Formats: sequence, structure tokens, C-alpha cells
Amino acid sequence: MDITSLSALELGSRIKAGDITSMDAVRAQFEKIKEREDRYSCYITLTQEQALRRAEQVQRRIEAGELRNQPLAGVPMALKDNICTRGVLTSCASKILEGFKPPYDAAVTERLEAAGAVMLGKLNMDEFAMGSTTETSCYGPVKNPWDTGRVPGGSSGGAAAAAAAEETWYAIGSDTGGSIRQPSSFCGVTGMKPTYGAVSRYGLIAYASSLDQIGPIARNVSDCAAVMEIIAGWDKRDSTSVRLDDYKFTDALVDDVKGLRIGIPRSYLGEGLDPEVKEAVIGAAKALEAKGAAVEYFDMGMVDYAIPAYYVIASAEASSNLSRFDGVKYGYRTPDFEDLQEMYKKTRDDGFGMEVKRRMLIGAFVLSSGYYDAYYIKALQVKALIKKGFDEAFEKYDIIIGPTAPTTAPRLGENLSDPLKMYLGDIYTVSVNLAGLPGISVPCGTDSSGLPIGVQMIGQTFSEKTLLRAAYAFEKTMPGMRPPQLDGAAVKGGEQA
Amino acid sequence: MAITDKTIDYVAALAKLDLTAEEKARAREDLGNIIDYVDKMNELDVTGVEPMSHVLGCSNVFREDEVTSVPDPEGILANAPETKDGGFKVPRTVV
Repeated sequence: MDITSLSALELGSRIKAGDITSMDAVRAQFEKIKEREDRYSCYITLTQEQALRRAEQVQRRIEAGELRNQPLAGVPMALKDNICTRGVLTSCASKILEGFKPPYDAAVTERLEAAGAVMLGKLNMDEFAMGSTTETSCYGPVKNPWDTGRVPGGSSGGAAAAAAAEETWYAIGSDTGGSIRQPSSFCGVTGMKPTYGAVSRYGLIAYASSLDQIGPIARNVSDCAAVMEIIAGWDKRDSTSVRLDDYKFTDALVDDVKGLRIGIPRSYLGEGLDPEVKEAVIGAAKALEAKGAAVEYFDMGMVDYAIPAYYVIASAEASSNLSRFDGVKYGYRTPDFEDLQEMYKKTRDDGFGMEVKRRMLIGAFVLSSGYYDAYYIKALQVKALIKKGFDEAFEKYDIIIGPTAPTTAPRLGENLSDPLKMYLGDIYTVSVNLAGLPGISVPCGTDSSGLPIGVQMIGQTFSEKTLLRAAYAFEKTMPGMRPPQLDGAAVKGGEQA
Repeated sequence: MAITDKTIDYVAALAKLDLTAEEKARAREDLGNIIDYVDKMNELDVTGVEPMSHVLGCSNVFREDEVTSVPDPEGILANAPETKDGGFKVPRTVV
């Protein structure tokens, strides 16, 4: 069997057993990457030499009996390009960070290294994680491995596509309004956004700090749980970091949902939802019901107000966070200026792409005097009401189930010209970030075009293990999914691969 | 809400962006559409609702003010577009 098709945990146990070495895994993976990267463009940077050296070190440690408690030791992985890696380009897919090689590692990079992970490279994304299609990258779009005429979703589009295309065993993404869950749904993989505070964001280049969270994208629920055990943990360098009572996420991988109380908000199945997505999501709930869970439909308001509140809060924070990119300390500086102010303005206008500029302008507007109360403060009040709605729901239910996205993957270019249309695709994911909750997207079928559909499970804060158990039990009812044309066969619709 | 050229100039100045005429026209239209959509929040009565910044209600965590960062001036300056005498070089700011 081709080892690049194994799950991360399977590969880890084979490395431990001495069947294969970490170097073999790295070499096999780079062969596949070379075959497939022209078609999918998942990566911004590949670090083959460094990966091989690192694999040799980890292999020696494993053979010396170290890393025994690290099931993913020696397993190659990749990071979204907004996560700092010492000495390796970290660009946020933006021209303004061209050439930026961080002088330090992010907390998750350190934790992965300590667990014996081997980095293959850095993954393509929407510029500064702003976008839902990975088309705003200054390095060009990622293509969906299920159909290269379609987007992979975003903003962690490179991460989800690389996991689906078997160009990595797992990936680390970030999720501010759905950026892990939505591309996971579009690419037929599993992605988890942990509770706000569960994973340190030290070294994550900030987009909207009150919403940003780092999480895993992998080909199954068990791999996500194993990665969560590595990356979750308190860190004094992230002031929002929270200590959890229990970090044994893999203990939740039990095929038993008897008595689990599941709520489905009727408003999550309303207007705008693709009928095939709806059917697949209801099918997922029924599969859990057949295993002994209690499923109930209920009314939850506020769904229509989540996107307005999200875009006000996220844009406001972005306009503040991105003020640090000014052509002084790192990255791009315009060659053409007379004085300091002109240097700032021209550098930023040349360096940022249109979607990033649009959000900074919205942010500057909603924070400006005269509009601050009407927009920014109001959005924070809406956020409080959204949180309250979830709190009330979680008095009755252990988890909430609904779609991850209203449709399957759109065609390339379809949403790029209409920002509002793109924003509306985030309707089921953004409220989870506003309320700080954990959420997971798990594949639950395909539509009539053969494109993957994801079901989203949402839990109360710090209920990751409940979510993982439900996701694992559901996954057991599904056949495995793999993009049909990975090995280079013709692409659907006559499009050139 | 109709977004005027004046508003765009004002927010572009706040965001320190030197927008081209074409970008300004596009921004005016996009911003207008997005703000119109965001105005949906006005349908809600939020009287008496406390604005929520942190979902978990965390308050400030105090610690001793100790120097902990690893000094790596070369690594930091290596990323700067221009440096001089171990510092970041910027255009003249005082005339």
C-alpha cells in the first residue's frame, strides 16, 4: 500500500514498529507532492532538505526509545502560512510580508516539534486569512482536489486541500469565522476549531484576535484528536490562553453516543441551504439517532445577525492588528516615496490585496467617531445575545448539529467579485467563533456532482471530547472518502488537470 | 447608507492607504453594500445588553514584569527593508 494514503496515526504506529522510517515517509510524501502540486497549489513553501534532516533526528530519538508517548512522532505535517516558523518564510499569502522569516517559532510550532513532528512546508491560504475560497492569496488560488475547477474553501484552503490530496498526513490551520471547518467540508476532510483559549496563538499572525483559534485538519477524527493532544495547552505568552481540566482527547474516541442529546436548530435548515446538503446533514443526525442519541429540532434565533456582527468585529480588529505592517520592520517597502507618511500609505496600498484593504476600510469606518456606538458596540451586544442563545440551547442539548456551509464548493471565480455573497457562505460557522465555542466538520456524503458535504457539530465551551466522541461515532457509519482523480485521471467537466 | 467620496478619503487616511481612483470607486460601492447589510443589526432591540468583548469573562491576569525575550537583534533586523547602525532605517521625520 502507498504509505501516503495511511492515516497519521497508522503511519505513526508503523514508524514506531520499525516497519518504515520517518525519512521514508518524507521521501514518499515529496514524490506525491511533486506529482500533484502543479494541479492543486496547496503549498507556498516546501522545506524538503530541512524535513529530511529533521526526520533523521526524530528517527534517532525514536530508535533510542524516546518519544514513546508521542503517537505522531516522525509523521510529516504542514502548517498554514500564518503560523510563525523560525527561519522559514511566513507570508500570510501577502506581498506585504514578502521575504519575512520569523526570528522565532509559534507556540504550536514548538509543541509539534517537541512531539516529534516533521514539517513538510507552509500552506497556501487567503491573504491574512481573509476570504472563504483561498483565491485572495498573492500566490494564486488553491484548487479543490475533488474538482480542480472548484475552490477548496478558505481561508485554510491549502491545509484542507493538502490533507485531501494526500500531500500531507495532517495540517494545522486557523479559524476566525469558519476557516478550518468550511474548507474541510469542501475538501471532504475533518477539521476542528477548538474552544477559544484552548490552543495558544503565540506566533499566529493575528487577523481578529477575539475570534482567532488554531486547530487541526486531518483525514479522520482520530487524527484530529491526536493532533489536539499535541497543540492544546496553556501558554503564558497568549493572555487568552486557558488551562483545561483534561487534555486526553483520544480517550473520547469511543463508538458510543447512547443518551447523547442532539439539537438541530430549524433556522440552520432554512432558506439558502442547498437541498442536497440539507438531506446529507439530516442523514447524519439520523445515523447518530440510530446509535442511541436523542435528536430534537428546536428554535434558535439570531442566525441572521451573526454575519453582520462578525464582519463588524472582525474588520475592526483587523484594521487595528494590520496597522503593524508599515514597511519599517519587515516585508515589503515601496521604492517610491518622499516622506514617512507617503512611505506608509504607498507600501500598504501596494502590499495588501483588495479583500484585506476592504476589511481594513470597513474596520476603520465602524471604529471611527460617530459610528463606533452604532456599529462596533452594537456588534458586541449582538455577540452577547448570540452567546446567550447558545447557552440556553446547551442547557437542553449536549451538541448542536447543522451544516458547515450552505453549499458544496463553488467554482473558481464565482464569489470573488461579490464580497457580500462570499460573506453569506459563512452563515453557519461565524456564530461559533463569536461565542468562542468548539466546532468540528466531518464529511457526511457527496452531492450529485460528487462534491463533498460536511456536517458541523458544535459544543459548549471546553466540550471537545463530547464533540470528538460524536464525530467518531458518526464517522464509523460512513465509508471512507478520497478524491477520485488523485492519481492523475481525467478531471470532471472536461477541465484540464 | 450612501458612502461619499469624503467618507472614503477619511477612512482611507485612518487605514493609511493611498488608494487609486479606481480602488476608491470600488471601495465606495462595496462599503455601501456591506454597511447596508450590516444595518440589519438595527432590527434588534439591544437595550440593556452589556457589550461582550471576551466570551469566557476572563479578567486581567497579572504577573511580575520580568525580561524574558531572547535577544536576537540580527534575526530581527534581517527582516527589515532598510537598517542602519543596528536600527530600523526610516525616512526623515523631522524637517
